[in-house]
Amino acid sequence: MNLFEYQARGLLGRYGLPIPPGDVATRPEEARQIAEGLSKGPFVVKAQILAGGRGKGHFRSGFAGGVHLCSYPAEVEEVARAMLGGVLVTAQTGPEGRPVNKVLVAEAPQISRELYLAILIDRGRRRSVVVGSAQGGVDIEEVARESPGEIHRIWVDPQVGFWPYQARTLAACMGLCGSLLPQTADLIVRLYRFFCECDASLAEINPLAVIENEKIAVIDAKIGLDENALFRHPEVATYRNEVVEDGREAEALKAGLNYVGLSGEIGCMVNGAGLAMATMDILHRYGGEPANFLDVGGGADQNQVTKAFGILMADPKVRAIFVHIFGGIMRCDVIARGIVEAVTHTKPKVPIVVRLQGTNFEEGKAILHQSGLPIRTADDLADAAQKAVAAAAETR
Amino acid sequence: MSILVDDSTRVVVQGITGRAGSFHARACLDYGTRIVAGVTPGRGGQKLDERVPIFDSVAEAKQATGCNASLIFVPASGAADAILEAAASDIDLIVCITEGIPTLDMVRVRRCLEDKKTRLIGPNCPGVITPGQCKIGIMPGYIHQPGPVGIVSRSGTLTYEAVWQLSQRGIGQSSCVGIGGDPVHGLGLQEVVEMFDRDPATKAILVIGEIGGCEEQDAATFWKTSSRKPTAAFLAGATAPAGRRMGHAGAVITGAAGTVEAKIAAFDKVGISVILSPAEIGEAISKVMAAAVS
Repeated sequence: MNLFEYQARGLLGRYGLPIPPGDVATRPEEARQIAEGLSKGPFVVKAQILAGGRGKGHFRSGFAGGVHLCSYPAEVEEVARAMLGGVLVTAQTGPEGRPVNKVLVAEAPQISRELYLAILIDRGRRRSVVVGSAQGGVDIEEVARESPGEIHRIWVDPQVGFWPYQARTLAACMGLCGSLLPQTADLIVRLYRFFCECDASLAEINPLAVIENEKIAVIDAKIGLDENALFRHPEVATYRNEVVEDGREAEALKAGLNYVGLSGEIGCMVNGAGLAMATMDILHRYGGEPANFLDVGGGADQNQVTKAFGILMADPKVRAIFVHIFGGIMRCDVIARGIVEAVTHTKPKVPIVVRLQGTNFEEGKAILHQSGLPIRTADDLADAAQKAVAAAAETR
Repeated sequence: MSILVDDSTRVVVQGITGRAGSFHARACLDYGTRIVAGVTPGRGGQKLDERVPIFDSVAEAKQATGCNASLIFVPASGAADAILEAAASDIDLIVCITEGIPTLDMVRVRRCLEDKKTRLIGPNCPGVITPGQCKIGIMPGYIHQPGPVGIVSRSGTLTYEAVWQLSQRGIGQSSCVGIGGDPVHGLGLQEVVEMFDRDPATKAILVIGEIGGCEEQDAATFWKTSSRKPTAAFLAGATAPAGRRMGHAGAVITGAAGTVEAKIAAFDKVGISVILSPAEIGEAISKVMAAAVS
């Protein structure tokens, strides 16, 4: 679960990381008031979306850039008005862009140097790794490609923990000396404490900057939290509802379904994550585009099937529904009854293609046929996918 | 022969009195698995269905029954603890089904296992089966049949689909191992491919990977230098958007290595046959096996 920048600032601030003062606004006047309450300009106004490349992005309205420097509070209000309620398109959002409902207004200190700092999980080594570079403010994957020697890593033994000397070593590798060295080392130690205590999966500060008076400051922060650990962090679990940008995903979250919104027109309902991905892939092979990823789980029951139908049908882009269930422990006849029940109740206006395979699949298919409902079935996966693609095409 | 489990494996089920634990313990017993003990703290002295003795701890279960494998159904908040408890009793093989264990808990668990000979499968996995001999997991046993294909997978139901396609063609499996969908877990793709490579009963290998991480690349590198067995691979998630978690905690593209494209390239480069459609898994395995014979 990725957090908005303003949420990340709030969390890191609690751990004592140096962050230029500022606050988040939902209205232009509020943005101006925040600027007036800050000690001095210039100010920066940043659109809050969960994607990078904001500075070089553009709004649908034609307004350029999701990050603006302003000299006066009145200008802050003007920029905030142009951003709020708009849709920001960046290299990372895709052409559909993301809605901007909040802007961050903060002091914009003079920056003399931009650095990079991050903590993440190295899956291959199964450890946390602290990464630092003197090359900040740019795409780190590009730095890794162009000049791998500029990236420094310290892997943390979980039985020993992360110690200040390691932070000092990394800070020195990042080219810091004098009073900046202990300041940065302290910041890295605090960031590591945050990472462990909050069960983060990513804590990236890019850029970390050297500002006026030889101070170090967090200019932008990207934080990912481990969703599996939210049960032990009630204080951040509430962020979860705020970070869902897609309305369909918000509904799915309420229903407890594992759903990711996509831009195609075939609504998919599948049991199991791997099979759900493979289903998306095969639709694509036959020229169709999935409207979503939806895993109803290995033990999906009738209730979940009904809820899932509701989510798929509420999506105006969906022109066909493809139900793909491999019955293991969950028997296909039970799933078929759930589908019949859901279709009878929700009366979908788009064609439905169902593939049931595995335990009791023949009984399942018979139940679907006997229901008299307009449900198309297929045994073979390729055949089913082709039928789903054709069904979506005929309602176009 | 087979890998990891066979008809001599003696299993303890941790969390045997829970809903999932008791249901699947019975299903494993029905399949013929030797479930010799259960563990639920506070329920020591009782029995499951008058036949499986329950103990308060893994240590007691091991002492009384000589169990050498554990199957874990403990909820996510206590599952890392359950793995460590089994490891402390030097259980040879731990299969953890539980989904939703915090990643940093798994980082610590893996660190502890470094010093031990205990092997871990999962978490967030369907488990392991050697058809006709032993099922330690939640997969539907009857779809499998004994035979020559070793399957290793990061997925659950997609593996059942693959097994189904093979069994429909009369092609059986030596063992099937679901390594789990979490970013930090036990045995990796490469380690299981290595085991299949050494197993005389396994004549061909099917790898089912997905987006995220670089285990597929590691397996490909190993295969190129060491394996001579015909191998095919399917990779799920070619159409998944970057940066989004696709159900499995580990199925998220966070860098260039995590894409299906990068993984296909790695397999292509070493000569592992890449299966492009999930509907053609059975057919592809028939082909690599036929090619190996001729």
